[in-house]
Amino acid sequence: MASPLKCDLCSNPATVHLTQIVNNKVHKVDLCESCAQAKGVTDPSGFSLADLLLKASLNPESPVTGVRCEQCGFTQNDFKKHGRFGCPQCYQAFSGLVEPMLDNMHKGTAHTGKVPQKSLERKTLHDRLGELELNLDDAVKTERFEDAARYRDEITQLKQAFEQSKSAH
Amino acid sequence: MTIASLLSTPSELTDTASSKCAIVLMTRIRLARNLAGRSFPGWARDPQRAEVLEICREALGGTAPMKRSVNTTVSELTDLQKQILVERHLISRELSGAKQGAGVVINKDQTVSVMINEEDHLRIQVLRAGFQLKKAWNVINALDSELEERLDYAYSPKLGYLTACPTNLGTGLRASAMMHLPALVISSQMEKVVRAVNQLGMVVRGLFGEGSDASGSIFQISNQTTLGESEEEIIKRLGSVLESIIEHELNARARLVETDAPKLYDKIGRAYGILQNSHLLTSTEAMNLLSLLRLGIDLNIFPESSRAVIDRLFIETQPGHIQNSARHDLESIQRDVLRADKLRTEFAAFAKPVFTSNGQN
Repeated sequence: MASPLKCDLCSNPATVHLTQIVNNKVHKVDLCESCAQAKGVTDPSGFSLADLLLKASLNPESPVTGVRCEQCGFTQNDFKKHGRFGCPQCYQAFSGLVEPMLDNMHKGTAHTGKVPQKSLERKTLHDRLGELELNLDDAVKTERFEDAARYRDEITQLKQAFEQSKSAH
Repeated sequence: MTIASLLSTPSELTDTASSKCAIVLMTRIRLARNLAGRSFPGWARDPQRAEVLEICREALGGTAPMKRSVNTTVSELTDLQKQILVERHLISRELSGAKQGAGVVINKDQTVSVMINEEDHLRIQVLRAGFQLKKAWNVINALDSELEERLDYAYSPKLGYLTACPTNLGTGLRASAMMHLPALVISSQMEKVVRAVNQLGMVVRGLFGEGSDASGSIFQISNQTTLGESEEEIIKRLGSVLESIIEHELNARARLVETDAPKLYDKIGRAYGILQNSHLLTSTEAMNLLSLLRLGIDLNIFPESSRAVIDRLFIETQPGHIQNSARHDLESIQRDVLRADKLRTEFAAFAKPVFTSNGQN
């Protein structure tokens, strides 16, 4: 036999072993008695395995990297402390931490639900505008005036489309 | 609209006309949403939170469902107002304890509430009396789409809506039903049900969510996972779990009536007597007694027309609501006196129980 399992939350010897099967996927949590009690695992009014899995993945023994979110300054240590991220950008900065966690936590690892179409269209428009403005600057600087005129026209058109979509509601 | 006038307006849950379902008291759906490029509320600094609050309040004020609404910051609310909103399931305990920069927008009939800067920038919630998952989804989906025209949501094609906690990623959707399950409690089957429901990826909680007890035999059942399934799939899956819990509850009731009718009728009859005659009632005891009377209605011991009274009293006997009906601050024992007074008055005019039918409905 392997060495006795440690509690996912506090690393005392684990005596409570939870297994949940959702859609043929096995989720396992090992807990010591006092953590099991504290988390209400023995309480018939229920507990959330997702929460437990999240906290288990924050086990102090798992390795810490020096990654930091550039947008908001959040670190992996902050995540261990709060169990919440700092900003949407964190999901990119800590993708190495998030991805293995999701497999255990959710039914799948990819979103198959609603798409905020309007938000995305606006973002695409916005990104394209930024790109064109850079191109325009560059064209002016290098005296490619025909290109510059083309960029300027496209910018005007985009801005009009932007305004129209705004005033549509 | 002011918060004071909102609290005195009939709400979806206390409205006498709306409750029809025997076992599912209420259905709720919430969506977690965040603004792109901004720190989540728990990590944001005060000025950043204030900015998000302003942006969201303005965007919400312009939407159709929120035309007539209360649009307020949490710091403007008194402790009592917050407590009443929690008791009506319109804000969370977490929001009521929030520091600066939190807000809430609630529509007039109190079916839609949006919390701002709770754990996420936006927690949109739609609530309906009875078993109405699809209707609640249609309403919340439309409001969310309307908001998305005004706000840039944090979204990733792979992970869906980005939320402060990874347990809400993807759809950000939590659908839940408040279920009245007295027969499963009486026949000690709840533990088994909770385990089975957990196996199906759903969570069971008490009346006021995480960590609250299940007084009145009322439980909240909701989905646990939010990523990897569409909104419709989550709702459909929860719906079928609820259907099967309803079936188990009905079976448990039939068995109680068949095997142990005197004991069951005794519980209901005594509850009726206490509600008519007591002078001190804690909110937990009141909930448990009201729960037995509601079971009595389902078993045709009391007329169907009394159901709305019970459902209203479930809310109105909560501590905040009792305090609100008094003019000055009450100690908890004084609240128990006032609660018993209120229930004596209500039940003086309540239909008498008729135990002659064999209890089948």
